[in-house]
Amino acid sequence: MTATPTYETRPLQCWGKAKEIRKQYYVDYASAHERGGLRWAGGAWTFGAIPCGLGDDVYSLTSEPYGASIAANKDFSMRCLEATERAGYARDLCSYMRNYWGSLLLDEYLWGGSFPKPDFIWQDHICCSHAKWYQVVGDHEPDIPQFCIDVAVGPEGAINENKLSYIVGQMHDGIDWMEEITGRTYDDEKLIEAVYQECRSTSLWAEICCLNKAIPAPLEEKTMYSLYVLGTLAKHSKVVADFYEELRDEVQDRVDNHIAAVPNERCRLMSDTQPPWGFLSLFRYLEEYGALSVGSLYTFGLIGMWEDKPDGSWGPRTTPQQQGIDIKDRDQALRILAAWNLSKPEWQHFYSPHLKTALMVRIAKEWHLDGVLLHYNRGCEGLSVGIAENRLGLIEAGYPVMTFEGNMGDEREFDLARTKARIDTFMETLGFTRESTSTGSASAPSRARRCT
Amino acid sequence: MEMVISAQMTDKSEHNQEVRQILDRLRSRDNGRDTGVRLMIIGSEDDDTAFIRMVESCGATFVVDEHCTGTRYFWNDVEPRDDRLEAIAARYIDRVPCPSKDWVDRTRIPHILELAREWNVGGAIVMQQKFCDPHELDTPAIRKALEEAGIKTLFLEFDVTVPMGQFKVRVEAFLEMLAEEDLFE
Repeated sequence: MTATPTYETRPLQCWGKAKEIRKQYYVDYASAHERGGLRWAGGAWTFGAIPCGLGDDVYSLTSEPYGASIAANKDFSMRCLEATERAGYARDLCSYMRNYWGSLLLDEYLWGGSFPKPDFIWQDHICCSHAKWYQVVGDHEPDIPQFCIDVAVGPEGAINENKLSYIVGQMHDGIDWMEEITGRTYDDEKLIEAVYQECRSTSLWAEICCLNKAIPAPLEEKTMYSLYVLGTLAKHSKVVADFYEELRDEVQDRVDNHIAAVPNERCRLMSDTQPPWGFLSLFRYLEEYGALSVGSLYTFGLIGMWEDKPDGSWGPRTTPQQQGIDIKDRDQALRILAAWNLSKPEWQHFYSPHLKTALMVRIAKEWHLDGVLLHYNRGCEGLSVGIAENRLGLIEAGYPVMTFEGNMGDEREFDLARTKARIDTFMETLGFTRESTSTGSASAPSRARRCT
Repeated sequence: MEMVISAQMTDKSEHNQEVRQILDRLRSRDNGRDTGVRLMIIGSEDDDTAFIRMVESCGATFVVDEHCTGTRYFWNDVEPRDDRLEAIAARYIDRVPCPSKDWVDRTRIPHILELAREWNVGGAIVMQQKFCDPHELDTPAIRKALEEAGIKTLFLEFDVTVPMGQFKVRVEAFLEMLAEEDLFE
């Protein structure tokens, strides 16, 4: 089978804006003190809408995207990893954590200057490392106060009022704690606005992912990584929600006009878990076979919020605004925020691999996939747990699966040549042959990719 | 260790009857050898009794532990309350936690230091089973606290199976080092 270009493709018009939002996020955090503002640190899954009640000059540094950004800078990453190992931490720990701690221990910020220490830490705990991540930060920076919310109350289908109240109670305590440590008065109206925006942005991201059900796919996963990341930075931000609305409209236009991410799309795949961030060229290598990853449970469900639609499909979760819900007070805002996050697809597999398999099979069917690439990611035990079970479930459902071992944030545990060899074999079994030239994709404007 | 594993697997009422009998016999039990160096073992889900026997064959005795399959399982009592479920819940909240639930502060460390002091340990072996992240995340802080309290530590890392020969060499060296400290006291 040859991969002759078929579809028109073009760069995303809003690509530059996405890059600018991301850059500004890191600048705003680092320079917050210059404007009298506050800095807080926490995971990408933490309830970031809640600190918004402290004011408009409160900026965050979410840890996983920061660890991933370091991973993409291999020289700095290696120095960070080694600094962490010198401090006595094991190499099989989360590689995002190890990159992050290394940056702290070296006192170097990836974007230049010394590491901008947070004024406080605001975290949640579902993966067994999440709270411990910042406990270790506290070992080295004992003056930074921290608060963490335990969200491990079970899968979405087993949530009840008692479980919800357990989380909401911690959120209320957390707000009291924030007022105490910052000396600021909490503004519930800002919280309510942030909850609205978080629901809006995370539902919009799911809507964007749904547009990738189209053939040809308007986006491919390497590009999606650079777009979904905004939700991992500030899902509660109006800037991010507005951007996702703009992106949704542009992607819809691509679908309407059959604008492809990969002009020679022949084979539709999905990946799983975080990719080896220093080796995203793998996705370009797939394109040489006319293959693309249309996404993954990871890319769709890390921040995207979903629900069953009346037609039986998986689609964006209906927001409180869309339901006509007018949030009146702090408690209602917190309950909505907690309930919203407990349905996060990427939280479900912490309770059973079978829940994840069901979601993956659903994606494989609805996004019309030909196969699956599973990353046995040594860098993230949380998202890799049960992945071998997922493989069996996908095979049972009729989808060819290729596995490869690697590490999202530690290049010493990824073998590019061997992984490419596996891809060669896998594509051959699927009946595809490799073209000699690369084709380009939707995101990289410097590359020739128009097929008109 | 074997008693704790029994407690984890058998009916509690049957187990308790056996424990009462063993406790009576322990008061007059002769170990049949010198105690040697009084050691503490700290770690995760390690039920390798062959390792314990190996270390104790080198001139030491584990006098106390802080293990998933050890004291952490049974340490604190249920304080009776009118509502029995509430009493059990209160005990779970107050118990020495699994490291995955031991945050924001590490409450295990003062407990470990207290055990070491009360049982008069001469050294501690910190066992780390790979891929149990919460334990790995505590290990540097635990070792630092023990060393600051004057208790030497030996850190052993294993991956499900214990490399007995290599560990024996390291344990012997550790015990020799502790003995040298006694020599120059």
